[in-house]
Amino acid sequence: MMFVPGNNPGMMADAHIYGPDSIMLDLEDSVTMAEKDAARLLVYNALKTIDYGDTEMVVRINPLNTPYGRKDIEAVVKAGVDVIRMPKTETAEEVKEVEAEIEKVERELGCVGRTKIMAAIESALGVVNAYAIATASPRMMGIALGAEDYTANLKTQHTPDGDELRLARETIVVAARAAGIDALDTVYSNLNDMETFRREVELIKTLGFDGKSIINPRQIEVVNEVFAPTEKAIDKALTILEAIKEAEAKGSGVIAVNGKMVDRPVVIRAQRTIDLAIASGILKKEDVI
Amino acid sequence: MEIKEAIAGTLESGDIMIRIVPGQKPGVDINLSSSVAYQFGNQIKRVIADTLAELGVDGVTVEATDKGALDCTIRARVTTAAVRATGRDVWR
Repeated sequence: MMFVPGNNPGMMADAHIYGPDSIMLDLEDSVTMAEKDAARLLVYNALKTIDYGDTEMVVRINPLNTPYGRKDIEAVVKAGVDVIRMPKTETAEEVKEVEAEIEKVERELGCVGRTKIMAAIESALGVVNAYAIATASPRMMGIALGAEDYTANLKTQHTPDGDELRLARETIVVAARAAGIDALDTVYSNLNDMETFRREVELIKTLGFDGKSIINPRQIEVVNEVFAPTEKAIDKALTILEAIKEAEAKGSGVIAVNGKMVDRPVVIRAQRTIDLAIASGILKKEDVI
Repeated sequence: MEIKEAIAGTLESGDIMIRIVPGQKPGVDINLSSSVAYQFGNQIKRVIADTLAELGVDGVTVEATDKGALDCTIRARVTTAAVRATGRDVWR
C-alpha cells in the first residue's frame, strides 16, 4: 500500500504507474489544516477521473472528531473509493460511527455496502482493542499498524530493529487472522537505508502480515521480492490445488500428493502461495483459473 | 452571490494555481499562463469556464498559472477557489 499525499496532484496522477497493489491517498497527516478543503476536492476529482485500473484505491480520512472527517467520507464515498482508512482507531465504537456515516452517503447513492473500511491502530488502547476493532463491522477488510504515533504513545521511539513494535505487530496479525481480514505493517521512512527496510519486510512476512505500507515507489520492488514465493513453492502449490480440484470432481475425500497427505492447512497455504505469486506479478490470474 | 478574492493550488509540476477575483461585469474573464498554452490553452480555459458555470459562479476574473495539470486537477482547484471565494460549499 503506497501512501500518496492528497494535496499533490503530480504524485496522485503518476502513483499507479509503479504498480503498487493499493494506493492510499492521504487527507490526514500529510495535509495542512489550511489545505484540507483543497485536498478533499483534489482526491474526489482524481478518484472520479483517473483510471487506476486494478489498483485498490484507499483514502485515509481525518478523524470524525475533527471538522473534516464527515466531509471527507461524503466526498470519497461519492467518488467511489474502494476503502476508507480510519486513522488512530482505538475502539470498535469509532468504527461503527464511521460505518454509519458511510452508510448515510451510500443510501443517498443507492449503493449500500460498497465501501470497505480499514483501521489504523496507532496507540496502546488500539492494540488492546485490536480484535474488537477488527470485528466491529462486516465492512472491515484490514487493520494496520501506525508505528510513529504508537511509539510516541508508548513513550518510546521507533528504532531500526523495531523491538518496541513486537507486541503490537503480533497482536495485530493475530487479531486480523481471528477476524478473517488483512494485516498491514507500518511504513519505513528512511529511504536511504534499504537494507534495514528489507530486513523489516522479511520480519513482517515471517510474522504473518499480508503487506507493507510504503512511502516511495523505490520500496515496491523490495516488498514484492520478499513476498514473492519461489518457483518451487509455486509449482508445488499449483500441483496441490490441481489435485484438490480433481479429487473434488471425483467426490473423493482425503488425497495425497507425492506421497504426502493434503489436508486443509496445506490447501490454505497453497492458495496463499498462489495469491502472493499473483500479487507479486509472477503469475497472472487467468493462468491459474 | 458575494465573491471575495481567493486562491487555490500551487506552482508545483502537475498542478495549477487559480486566483479568483470579483469581476467588473457579468461573465467570466480568464487570464491563462501555461507553458502548454499553445496546444492546450483553449481546453484549459474551457474546463475552468465549465466548472465555474456548473457551480453557478459568475461575474469573476480568473488568473490561472498552469504547470501541466490534468483536467481533474483543474476542476478541483477551480472548485476549491470558488468555495473559498463564495464561502459556500458550492461543490455539492
